[in-house]
Amino acid sequence: MPRIHTPIELEAFRKDILSKRDPSKPCIAVCTGTGCLALGASKVVVALREEIKKQGLESNVDIKVDLRETGCPGFCERGPVIVIYPEEICYLQVQPGDAAEIISQTIIGKKVIERLLYVDPVSGEKSVRESDIPFYKHQMRLLIGNNIRLDPKSIEDYLSLGGYTALPKALFQMNPEQVVALVKDSKLRGRGGAGFPAGTKWEFARNSPGDTKYVVVNADEGDPGAFMDRAILEGNPHAVLEGFAIGAYAIGAREGYIYVRQEYPLAVENVTIAIRQAEEYGLLGKNILGSGFDFSVHVHRGAGAFVCGEETALLRSLEGKPGEPKARPPYPAVKGLWDKPTNINNVETWANVPLIVNNGAEFLTSIGTDKSKGTKIFSLVGKVKNTGLVEVPMGITLRNIIYQVGGGIPGDKKFKAVQTGGPSGGCIPEQYLDMGVDFDELAKVGAIMGSGGMIVMDEDTCMIDVAKYFLNFLTDESCGKCTPCREGIRQMLKILTNISEGRGKEGDIELLEALAETTRDASLCALGGSAPNPVLSTIRYFRDEYEAHIQEKRCPAFVCKELIHYYIDPEKCKACMICFRKCPADAIEGGKNLIHVIDQEKCTNCGTCFEVCPSRFGAVRRLSGEPVPPPLAEEARPLVREN
Amino acid sequence: MSEIQLQIDGKVVKATEAMTILEAARSAGISIPTLCNSEKLETYGACRICVVEMESFGTPRLVAACVFPVQKDMVVKTRSERVDRTRKMLLEEMLAHAPDSVELQKLAGEYGADKDRFEKEASFCILCGLCVRYCAEVKKKDALGFVDRGAKREIAFIPEIAAQECWNCKECFPLCPTSALQAAYVLTEALAFPAEKHKQQR
Amino acid sequence: MEHVNIDTIIDKYPNDASSLIQVLLEIQREHRWLSNEALDKVSKRLRVPLNRIQHIVTFYKAFSLIPKGRHEIHVCTGTACHVRGAPRLLDSIQDLTGIRPGETDMELKFSLETVGCVGCCALGPVMVIDGEYHGKMAPARSEAVLKNYV
Repeated sequence: MPRIHTPIELEAFRKDILSKRDPSKPCIAVCTGTGCLALGASKVVVALREEIKKQGLESNVDIKVDLRETGCPGFCERGPVIVIYPEEICYLQVQPGDAAEIISQTIIGKKVIERLLYVDPVSGEKSVRESDIPFYKHQMRLLIGNNIRLDPKSIEDYLSLGGYTALPKALFQMNPEQVVALVKDSKLRGRGGAGFPAGTKWEFARNSPGDTKYVVVNADEGDPGAFMDRAILEGNPHAVLEGFAIGAYAIGAREGYIYVRQEYPLAVENVTIAIRQAEEYGLLGKNILGSGFDFSVHVHRGAGAFVCGEETALLRSLEGKPGEPKARPPYPAVKGLWDKPTNINNVETWANVPLIVNNGAEFLTSIGTDKSKGTKIFSLVGKVKNTGLVEVPMGITLRNIIYQVGGGIPGDKKFKAVQTGGPSGGCIPEQYLDMGVDFDELAKVGAIMGSGGMIVMDEDTCMIDVAKYFLNFLTDESCGKCTPCREGIRQMLKILTNISEGRGKEGDIELLEALAETTRDASLCALGGSAPNPVLSTIRYFRDEYEAHIQEKRCPAFVCKELIHYYIDPEKCKACMICFRKCPADAIEGGKNLIHVIDQEKCTNCGTCFEVCPSRFGAVRRLSGEPVPPPLAEEARPLVREN
Repeated sequence: MSEIQLQIDGKVVKATEAMTILEAARSAGISIPTLCNSEKLETYGACRICVVEMESFGTPRLVAACVFPVQKDMVVKTRSERVDRTRKMLLEEMLAHAPDSVELQKLAGEYGADKDRFEKEASFCILCGLCVRYCAEVKKKDALGFVDRGAKREIAFIPEIAAQECWNCKECFPLCPTSALQAAYVLTEALAFPAEKHKQQR
Repeated sequence: MEHVNIDTIIDKYPNDASSLIQVLLEIQREHRWLSNEALDKVSKRLRVPLNRIQHIVTFYKAFSLIPKGRHEIHVCTGTACHVRGAPRLLDSIQDLTGIRPGETDMELKFSLETVGCVGCCALGPVMVIDGEYHGKMAPARSEAVLKNYV
């Protein structure tokens, strides 16, 4: 591919690409993000390709069709997802077997296939166009909206959508200080977790003395349950690269590193390809577009450590060392990678930059709340109907996100809490469903924005189990260097484990709070500093659950195995023998026409009997915090059936 | 290097730009307890026993005196309810590992720390890193190091190097706040079973 | 099976300590474990002391000091998967393979690991085997899925 030497050449090239693309030509966009791939999207692609051939469209003069493998649009619950242009028809849960019909009916016949459309669960109404689907309609998809429209491995797709307009504008129409001022004016706050004003951070790095500076993309995304950075980096890597290059120009860095967690192989692959393409075209590397600005980007893989999402630990890892955070001050903007001024930002933060340069600071300030501008991509997961990635303006209420976009709780279960901010965050109960989501409001209720993970929990979730889960995660992921984090988490986990296993005692909650205070106040880094949040927020809002576990040895949500017993109600048991056969511990005594009885000594509390008992009988009861009735006497076991 | 004035425990202290709070305090005769700090070695900031309350620049917070740089007009308290409570808890967490350590017991007395607050842990080590750092920075042998992370972090010797160097050296042992019991244990283990390099535990 | 030579891998990266993790990742990928010989060679060529290498290969979860099995099973234990029942899925895999996370079976057939999150939260519980993703995994399906791997 010929190198592009000037912005004028770039525009000519873009025009050339657009002239060769007919907007009215049918195009089938198939999501091949990691999620849809896991649901079989690559087989769908193969099937569509075969059908295009089979139905003669390859050599057809009148009807031509493009097949594009794209990035993730976020409706992961209904994958594999495809969108057919130009009509924007959206088909969901597409299988390879649907390929023939899609080609013959929709591409050739111009007819919509009803059964592949989105159906509203309440009204029964079908949505044909992607933008009509309620899940998408209530979002503001500035960052993720383009994912379904481009092939992440094609720089030309990105150019055709207006990509690499911001970079030449910054390089040729603005000086670095003006770019910094613009980002400051936009009030963009970091999207990685702390929400520090990006422009201010850039300014620190810009003003630090020294000729050698670095910029870094933090794509470690270690919060379990968060995958928005994966979707952006995998699905639209050039958007990140463009923002990255603009930032490097603003700060005065000539080298950048993209640190991607190794659990994201597709993101590593796609961003590596994107860098190579951008370099070939002269949009990265030496003398970008003839501006005199050099910027080269290296991809660096993580090696499986959550703590490397912390900026100073990330820098240590880039230097080939164990990911142990470093004391701040001095901050990376002053002394970072190899002791040089370094600016690190999250993937989503960098992706916002081209939008700001292209559209001005007001573009962002016109969206959101007073102190939190722009949109945020949340990964809405857990007990919610429409799990996936949702991009919404800051200030939208939790209720809107969970119910309007998310479709509410499956199985008509009751909402219990939503956990935001991953292991550093907190659980927000029902009384705050109408709060507007922004950095400061979340902090007020004891949670944090974090990277945007939003885990919905229902009545079947035990909050002690949740707190224990996060501490279990952190005790392994902590680097272990400092006492309050390593030992504090260790001791808090012990107490929570005891509570969940029926060994809780009076004073446990107070001890947890005392440990939490020390861990929060004295830890070296934010991993330790925020580790107590899940414990403290669950104590704050669900103290009654703690007390039930401690005082009554009762788990109200029936999750903590050691506190649950299973009991077959003799009135309801019909001796169908299903649980008798399925019990993995052979703990059920019974037989034909003999009421089944669980031997509590052998029972391992696996819950299989509860799950397999036919719902019309519902004979298995879960008991917690109450004594198990003694086993039915032998003589009473023969079942008396009504005729 | 420019002079910086700060306040420690109500006393005006003159310090230089590159100093830490700990260095500034010591120069003014104010003592702050430390465990992982040593004049022979670079500052480490792991034990956190040296935390002090910094009242300037926003809401008061605790910072580690051994690593936090002095700043103009800083106001520091080396003792307060919050500081004492924190040090007491840290000591109790460490005493769970080494209840008989003389150094820890001395500090425990001062802060009212109870060595039986937490159940005893299997390892004596409080991971102050003095042994590892001494061998790396002073002896330059790198005969031992850290392994693993989180609650599983521990010290381990490199058998090949330890076999040659350690038995006749053991200069790191007197530095250990917990009587080097852990160091002796893992050294013996490394020398006796050199083929079994650190096994992965999950 | 022909392994890419360790020296060849080291030659691909800048010859200093900063390449350590990237080099080790590639050796791990090619050889499926990090032998003492491999670590000694890396230590010498990149001029990094063994104690730092020892720390790094035990600190980061991607590295294994014992050979991995032919098939690597990763069960996601991220929060979304946890809430959807990942612990029970893990139990079923442990029962079927006879190994716990971090272990490899005696025939070197399966290695089991838990992963913090693989980014497929909408498909939870998720299990990845040899890079192949299995979503919406009910524990009852485990046996059938594992049978595909010989």
